[in-house]
Amino acid sequence: MIGALTYTFNFRDVFAAWEFLADGLMLTLLLSAITIVAGFAIGTLCAAGRVYGPRWLRLAIASYVEAIRNTPLIVQLFLVFFGLPSAGIKFDAVTASLIALTINLGAYTSEIVRAGIEAIPRSQIEAGAAMGLSGVQIFRYIVLFPALKIIYPALASQFVLLMLATSIVSQISAPDLFHAASIVQSRTFRDFEIYAVVAGAYLALALVFRLILAAIYQLVFVRR
Amino acid sequence: MIRELAFIDVLYLIAAMRWTLALTAIAFAGGTIVGLSVALLRVSPMAPLRWAAMVYVHAVQGTPLLAWLFVFFFGLSIVGITVSPWIAAAAAYSIYAGAFLGEIWRGCLQSIPRTQWEAGASLGLSFTEQLRHVIIPQAVRVAIPPTVGFLVQLIKNTSLAAVIGFVELTREGQLTTATTFRPFSVYLIVAALYFALCFPLTRWSRRLEGRLHVAR
Repeated sequence: MIGALTYTFNFRDVFAAWEFLADGLMLTLLLSAITIVAGFAIGTLCAAGRVYGPRWLRLAIASYVEAIRNTPLIVQLFLVFFGLPSAGIKFDAVTASLIALTINLGAYTSEIVRAGIEAIPRSQIEAGAAMGLSGVQIFRYIVLFPALKIIYPALASQFVLLMLATSIVSQISAPDLFHAASIVQSRTFRDFEIYAVVAGAYLALALVFRLILAAIYQLVFVRR
Repeated sequence: MIRELAFIDVLYLIAAMRWTLALTAIAFAGGTIVGLSVALLRVSPMAPLRWAAMVYVHAVQGTPLLAWLFVFFFGLSIVGITVSPWIAAAAAYSIYAGAFLGEIWRGCLQSIPRTQWEAGASLGLSFTEQLRHVIIPQAVRVAIPPTVGFLVQLIKNTSLAAVIGFVELTREGQLTTATTFRPFSVYLIVAALYFALCFPLTRWSRRLEGRLHVAR
């Protein structure tokens, strides 16, 4: 404990590398944004397929969801980045990260969206049919839209967790914020300072994500 | 040296699962202590205590687990202690699990209707007595399914301890890959082993949840 008293904190080296860290931050933002859009699309399709699809499709989607939800993201990432090349499919680190993250988020999103779809009372759908809406119209206006509104908080939390989970791509050397931090660490040996700063950056990012997601909720679901 | 991926490697991977389980157990034990405190603070009648617990939860849920592992493993060198991966992992996972379990259990405590608290108060029970004899016995029933669900998250997230050199299932997979150079097969086996641990728990959690709905 004596060391703590004599240790001089030095954040200068960390802040001196801010441009480098900012590049990493950009990739973290990019990975999160693309994954959220793609994962949401896949998740919604899978949720619809799981509720309305034929038996084989329901089984296939259920296997995908359970396989992803019961294995760690880092192992999925290693499988895509290190494993697939031996099957002749090669990706660079960023593409591999995007693929693994999207597959991962798609599975979680599909379970959340499915819960929403199943929460819509049958009578609503019957009412829609009685008004002469087509199947697609019923799904879009009566099932999906209200379902998304119900599950939006869970979805938003999942997206924030995904943003934090993108830090794992540093382990396959995709140059994201966390990877930039490890580089700065090995250059400056300011271990505590760099990880404290980066943890703060993620915390700020999580807050910004929550604000943006709350704004989207207001725009899409409230102002109508 | 590169050699063939043999059956013995699979056995080594299976053996490495015990460290995954040990780490999960430690994380859950530490997380229970922290989480219980957080949950109780969050329903405490004193506002500053509630705020402190809320700040803690938001801070942990807003930062990557990886950052906590690195702060404890590398960062504590500033106080002059060399930290073993065990200590670093135990500390980081307790903090992480504590925040999530705390939120889960707070929800369970708050799911018990206010009238139950009031009934306790009208019997002359103090705050702690109301908690102990009225609220907690009912909340535990509600808490079991989501807690088992979180256990699955915890098992999966112990894989991150591999990055600070903690030899559990994922790290063992990395080591096996390095000697056999068969990443696809190795990581597929690793994934299957995680699945074997997590899937039964997922099913169990879902069954418990179903039973709870019936009981209500």
